[in-house]
Amino acid sequence: MRRVLLALAFALAAASAGAAVDPLPFKDRAEEVRFQNLTKQLRCLVCQNESLNDSSAPLAADLRRDVFEQMRAGKSDAEIKQWLTARYSDFVLYDPPLRGGTFLLWFGPLLVLGAGAVVVALNVRRRARNATAQPPARPASTDVEEDW
Amino acid sequence: MNARLLPLAGFLLVLALLGFGIWWSGTHDLREVPSPLIGKPAPTFSLPLLDDPSKSLGSKELAGKPYLLNVFASWCVACRDEHPILMREGKRLGIRLVGFNYKDPADDARRWLAQYGNPYDDIVADLPGDVAIDFGVTGAPETFLVDADGIVRYKYISPITPQVIATELLPRIAKLQQGAK
Repeated sequence: MRRVLLALAFALAAASAGAAVDPLPFKDRAEEVRFQNLTKQLRCLVCQNESLNDSSAPLAADLRRDVFEQMRAGKSDAEIKQWLTARYSDFVLYDPPLRGGTFLLWFGPLLVLGAGAVVVALNVRRRARNATAQPPARPASTDVEEDW
Repeated sequence: MNARLLPLAGFLLVLALLGFGIWWSGTHDLREVPSPLIGKPAPTFSLPLLDDPSKSLGSKELAGKPYLLNVFASWCVACRDEHPILMREGKRLGIRLVGFNYKDPADDARRWLAQYGNPYDDIVADLPGDVAIDFGVTGAPETFLVDADGIVRYKYISPITPQVIATELLPRIAKLQQGAK
């Protein structure tokens, strides 16, 4: 009985693993790795939190097949991405390209960091000035807590 | 400014950011994939007719007059909401309404149309879904407005409502027909 259950569990696991991603006839390991790397950078348009590599949506299967065929046709990764963005816009890329509209996306964190640095610098300078004008009554270490 | 108020200011800033996020996601559909085809020529295609697969219809035959391409399928639940509106208001559009049957076995599609009615002037069938990928279709229903020169003017994702017809489609169609004269 236990053996039967175990076999059943394995069969189910194999079935669900097979259903998620349809096998493609890769000619060697290198081609497969390239395909996996490329499709991991692409977003499934149906389940948008999944990559094209993971998704089991029918559209994702179609697009995987298209990507595979274009790889076979000798297209570069960049050309395949361009083919996809011509149809589905930058939305299909998990790694958005750097251009006017994505400037904030790329440099927003840097701007916030810069703003923080300015605030810190101003604070430090003001405190340095205060420190020379009137010596602190208490040690500087507790002053830091007090000020906030 | 009093330095003691700084954390409060920071808190208010974060609050404003979160509020903006809530407002933004309420007024925008974050899942909507923008179409890069708008203002560009629609893909060239030729697909078999649903009713008679020996005949085909494509961009060549459709050129010269504006048309509305409506992606639908019998498996698409939202299409059932959209369907009565197309039945009722399809003729009001004043342009050719082309049904694009997407990844749908012909028998299922015919049965669906027999049950709910056929609002379309023509129906093309894309069972493998290749032409749909050229159009950047992500699902059904989706609707494309293509002008007489074959340029995609507008795309609408999700079921068409009477409001969409009145505020989005009819003004654009009127403009296209004005330009043609």
